[in-house]
Amino acid sequence: MSAAATSIAHEVPPQAGPRAFLHRLRQGDQIAHLVTLTFAALILLLTSMLVYELWMNSHLSRTAFGWNFFWTKVWDPNFDNFGAAPFIYGTIITSTVALVLAVPLGLASAIFLSELAPRNISDVISFLIDLLAAVPSVIYGLLGIFIVVPLMRTTLGPLLINTLGNVPYIGVLFRGPNYGVGFLTAGIVLAIMVVPFIISVSREVLLTVPREQREAAMALGATRWESTWKVVVPWARTGIMGSVFLALARALGETMAVTMVIGNAAAIKASLLAPGDTIASTIANQFTEATGDLYLSSLIELGLVLFLITFILNGLARILIVATERGGGRPA
Amino acid sequence: MKKTLLVVWLMALTAALTSVNAAAQGGGIKLNAAGATFPTPIYTKWFDVYHTAHPDVEINYQSIGSGGGIRQLQAGTVDFGASDGPMSDDQLAQSKFKILHFPTVLGAVVPTYNIAGVSGDLNFTQKALAGIYLGSITKWNDPEIAKANPGVNLPGADIVVVHRSDGSGTSYIWTDFLSKVSDDWKNKVGKANTSVNWPTGLGGKGNEGVTGLVKQTPNSIGYIELIYAIQNKIAYGNVQNAAGKFVKADLASVTAAAAADAKSIPDDFRVSITNAAGPKVYPISSFTWLLIPAQIQDTAKRDAIKAFLKWMLSDGQKYNEALSYAQLPKDVISKESKAISLIQ
Amino acid sequence: MIALRMFWRKSLNFVMLTLTGVAALAVVSVLFLILGYLLWNGGTSLSWNFFTQLPKPVGETGGGMANAIVGSLKLLFLAAVMGLPVGLLAGVYLAEFGGKTFSFVVRYTTDLLNGVPSIVIGIFAYSLVVLPVKHFSALAGGVALGIMVIPITVRSTEEFLRAVPGNMREAAMALGASRWKTIATVVLPAASGGILTGMLLALARVAGETAPLLFTAFGNRFWSQGWGQPIASLPVMIYTYAVAPYDDWHRQAWAAGLVLLALVLVSNLGARFILARSKAV
Repeated sequence: MSAAATSIAHEVPPQAGPRAFLHRLRQGDQIAHLVTLTFAALILLLTSMLVYELWMNSHLSRTAFGWNFFWTKVWDPNFDNFGAAPFIYGTIITSTVALVLAVPLGLASAIFLSELAPRNISDVISFLIDLLAAVPSVIYGLLGIFIVVPLMRTTLGPLLINTLGNVPYIGVLFRGPNYGVGFLTAGIVLAIMVVPFIISVSREVLLTVPREQREAAMALGATRWESTWKVVVPWARTGIMGSVFLALARALGETMAVTMVIGNAAAIKASLLAPGDTIASTIANQFTEATGDLYLSSLIELGLVLFLITFILNGLARILIVATERGGGRPA
Repeated sequence: MKKTLLVVWLMALTAALTSVNAAAQGGGIKLNAAGATFPTPIYTKWFDVYHTAHPDVEINYQSIGSGGGIRQLQAGTVDFGASDGPMSDDQLAQSKFKILHFPTVLGAVVPTYNIAGVSGDLNFTQKALAGIYLGSITKWNDPEIAKANPGVNLPGADIVVVHRSDGSGTSYIWTDFLSKVSDDWKNKVGKANTSVNWPTGLGGKGNEGVTGLVKQTPNSIGYIELIYAIQNKIAYGNVQNAAGKFVKADLASVTAAAAADAKSIPDDFRVSITNAAGPKVYPISSFTWLLIPAQIQDTAKRDAIKAFLKWMLSDGQKYNEALSYAQLPKDVISKESKAISLIQ
Repeated sequence: MIALRMFWRKSLNFVMLTLTGVAALAVVSVLFLILGYLLWNGGTSLSWNFFTQLPKPVGETGGGMANAIVGSLKLLFLAAVMGLPVGLLAGVYLAEFGGKTFSFVVRYTTDLLNGVPSIVIGIFAYSLVVLPVKHFSALAGGVALGIMVIPITVRSTEEFLRAVPGNMREAAMALGASRWKTIATVVLPAASGGILTGMLLALARVAGETAPLLFTAFGNRFWSQGWGQPIASLPVMIYTYAVAPYDDWHRQAWAAGLVLLALVLVSNLGARFILARSKAV
């Protein structure tokens, strides 16, 4: 800190007149502003180019199917009839399940690591959890097949069917034949894959909450938990939401691991234990082998549809943030 | 202090990377090829043996799928491609340049199953397989299955059908067979394709995925490559061929399938040998092809490719059996050898 | 009544705090499960050969993944060089300079980019870098991975820059520092821990990606010279070997997974070590 201060102090040399000095200061800032602006704009450029490519290459199927692409339930490469409905359903369901499982687990772990664990242990554990993000999705898929699927088929599935399956309203989620593969299994594997993002970022953000906040809460008589949950976490709210965005994005776009455990049936079923499919997994599965032009175009249009879904989900999430912003938090 | 340390670290990294870059062999002929996953093991063996014999030729093959191989070949990003299914007339017509097909090895697809209480080999009639995959035959003790397996105690359980979730040459061969033996299949699901709209069942990714699902799901049936079954010692059933006999897939019965039609094989080698005639033939067999451009500008590359093809048809075939691939019949080999001269 | 309420609050405190510990334990045990599984299945394939030899066909012993290890390093290097600066500077813009609507648009777009399936990014990089020159290259793979690195880096950079307390900035400015000088010498160093976490997380994620490399870096059974040739990488090798029929290749795939994780671990450690040393100044 003192080194920085002295180096700054040296930046105020006497110059030929105060106006020249001010001009130079402003120029430096201007350049910085422009440079960073350019890179921010680069992201916009990249994404627009991506969307443009998707749009152009899906021309054939867009003209062939029009809006029907969204609700056609059939995906038939032989008779050139393609519809995205089952995959849209699968994508939304699996991502929802993944977040429902990962956010509480991730947030709880992040709280533990930032508030309760001694700093050394917390650093080491956090470091190890970061490793989870590096495991290739193929390996997650294989582990899913060898561990999660049998677990679901023999133990977890029947358990859910017998207990929650009988509860009115949500019971419909846990019915029907149980093969081990399906929406729920895919959701579980996805949850494991996205939890490192939530933990890593949330932990760092929670660590930046000023100590005074915690101390103030404790001084008012709050228990450890109350001060954490009612003061610290809300303060870090935007950062935590940011990590959830990261997790959501990863869940929506995940291909390999999902495709190995979801059962790959292009169908819309209410039960979470039924097999289904997602957009990303379909594209990844069929792109390398697709040879018909309409077939390829439809696969690319699926990519465009996923883009649209991400767009909408992100929008909804942001509205949610704005709506809850009034609950207090770090001053913007 | 921090700056110098960072700079030193970066410089060390860059130095290491560039030195590895330089150390890599320069010169020689580098060929890139892409395509089918099914023959990857034998191709990698061939290209490796060939490289040892001809150190200046490096053939880099990557299995990105038959469709990928065809597309990359047409885009000009690879020197030649590989496919489990022959290119269709439409595809050939659309291609900017002429492409020649060269069969390399033979493969087969076998049905594998997991039925409680059944341990031996089951016989499957052609109608039974079609019916199961169409979803019209739903129970294991269905008469169509039972009549081919007298004495076997088949349970009355529902059949869980497993197919491939990813597009693949294996599915191509399987659907090719089903579309030939069942008009219902042909009308409802269509012709042979790497991916179809499966009327029923679960999807597993790759042979591994299908095997995994079948192993873990009681009363299930799936289809996998013969090599996979042999190498991993997985039990598989016998399939009824066009002559009405139940044949177990092995290298001999697969080569028989190719030999049966060998005399009448078309000049461009694009033929389907599923459901071939003959008592010893295994009906779900197929060639896999290398796709070579008819005109290659680079003379060094062209000569290298032609030399490799000659080698593949003679010495190369010796390596097939060890890896559980069936050899090409002699008639086909001689016909192909003559076709190599078509590459200009 | 007060005693009852106190009891409830204290119990809740105990229960919730224990639950957080359980959650952390659960996540860490999953990691150890994965590591254990990889070790169990691939440990036997790890040998000196694995690190120094080129891949060999099935059935031949002594093959390795030396070119894939180097390849992954090269690709990650490219991805870092291309993607991290973009992410960092864009994050700086969003946190320090941005106007309200433009920043909103950029943030939204970044989240969208993050959600694109990796195979679609691969296809995009293919049409951008591979098709025009008609050959696969390490550069194309680096571009694809670089694009994927950007969103995570932007998000974490912005988030942690914002977390720097306002009084630090004000103090610097009070001493006469210009805006950019403040950012460069005060704010960025203060946020560096979090920013580095974000960068390492981003690199860790792309280290394991297969799909974007299939059509860009392609893969190579031999050594790759320079940056313009197809190049092998650990994830693609894992993908190819894991779905093959041969047990030997399966074991090599698991071993490769282990090596990949070790690589990420070492880079993580290295980067954090350097950061800690530089902060101690």
